[in-house]
Amino acid sequence: MPVFNRSGRVAQLQFLTVDRLTAIRGQRVLFRDLSFRVQAGQVLSLEGPNGAGKTTLLRMIAGLMAPAAGTIAIATDADVADDSEERGKRIGWLGHLDGAKSQLTPREALAFYARLYDTHGAIDEALALAGLTKIADLPCQYLSAGQKKRLALARLKLSGRAVWLLDEPLSSLDAEGRKLVAEIVSAHRLYGGIVIAATHEPLGVECVRMTLGGGA
Amino acid sequence: MRMTPFLSLLARDIRLATRAGGSVALALAFFAAMATLVPLGVGNDLKLLARAAAGVLWVAAVLAALLSLNRLFQADFEDGSLDLIALSPLSLESVAAAKILGHWLTTGLPLTLLSPLLGLMFGLPPEAIAVLTVSLLIGTPAVSALGAIGAGLTLTIRRGGLILPLLVLPLLAPAVIFGAGAVRGVLDGLSNGALLFLAAFALAATVLSPFAAAAAVRLNLAG
Repeated sequence: MPVFNRSGRVAQLQFLTVDRLTAIRGQRVLFRDLSFRVQAGQVLSLEGPNGAGKTTLLRMIAGLMAPAAGTIAIATDADVADDSEERGKRIGWLGHLDGAKSQLTPREALAFYARLYDTHGAIDEALALAGLTKIADLPCQYLSAGQKKRLALARLKLSGRAVWLLDEPLSSLDAEGRKLVAEIVSAHRLYGGIVIAATHEPLGVECVRMTLGGGA
Repeated sequence: MRMTPFLSLLARDIRLATRAGGSVALALAFFAAMATLVPLGVGNDLKLLARAAAGVLWVAAVLAALLSLNRLFQADFEDGSLDLIALSPLSLESVAAAKILGHWLTTGLPLTLLSPLLGLMFGLPPEAIAVLTVSLLIGTPAVSALGAIGAGLTLTIRRGGLILPLLVLPLLAPAVIFGAGAVRGVLDGLSNGALLFLAAFALAATVLSPFAAAAAVRLNLAG
């Protein structure tokens, strides 16, 4: 999947690598010397009990949180982004918070993020994909939790980023919404992107599974 | 710095502040209410009121601006938007600059525009009103900028709105001293350099604050 690197050139995403990563939260070691690699076109399903450090790992990969030790790098055929700022610019983020502003409509929210991320994706298409066309001009305060999740999925799709980090992508979604997650995740995979999803339920997509906590 | 993301963030913040439940109307109402209450307490001695006017209006403007400052980053932090903004092409320094500018355009500027009217109510002569307005125009950006540092530092603190003024008000003392001092200078018929000192203070605060605010936000996001 194409990635714009620092000089503005297009490069091809190759892999994401995590090397001997250690996370400590409030003097408790969540995981130690965690190493793995995800190739372009792969989906990694991150599993494990509550408090195993799934969200922490995702925030560290995104560069929002600094690890106690270890390195994380996102490599293309042209360069390797290993500092947090550079990594963050390749990340598509779907957190467990929906990021919906109650005063803004879904259309306004997507238009804002498209400009913030400087992408040229089609907003109407993203709304239609997420099944939000009918409520596109309704302030988000009237949206249900599932609809806000759909809005977050539309935003993710619109971000145009190569490495998707999803924290509980299936929560509060109905059967159709879950199918939507499976669809856009497998489309992203086929396009050569990377998806890492922390989840308690199967994504419904061909994926590599990794369990945090317990033995780790 | 890329302009489209910067302007989009600025436009969104202004839109959120001016929509129903936004902070603009609240700040203006607070400013006007405080400026109306003080004369009721002080009494109808016009000479005394005119001398107190600049100080009262400056303090009222600072407090009115502080009202909405604790939500500067917190609103985006609580609903997860701040993570998405942090991962955008904008550096956190630019994010802080956009938010400071947005806050000033939706509080500092409207307060400045309202101040001549309130100055008139305090019996200030026209030339003093002009200086008061100019001093607010120059000084209020420093309120938004220094307030952003406090907003960044108190980002993850519940009820941070109570701690924020304690952190920020001491930093704003120079703005109040020079801002109100400039108006008193006019009333006394003296020319003092207060406006120039105010401008220097505001310039330094506005230029340096985005870096400090960004550092504070970065620290809190990682926590």
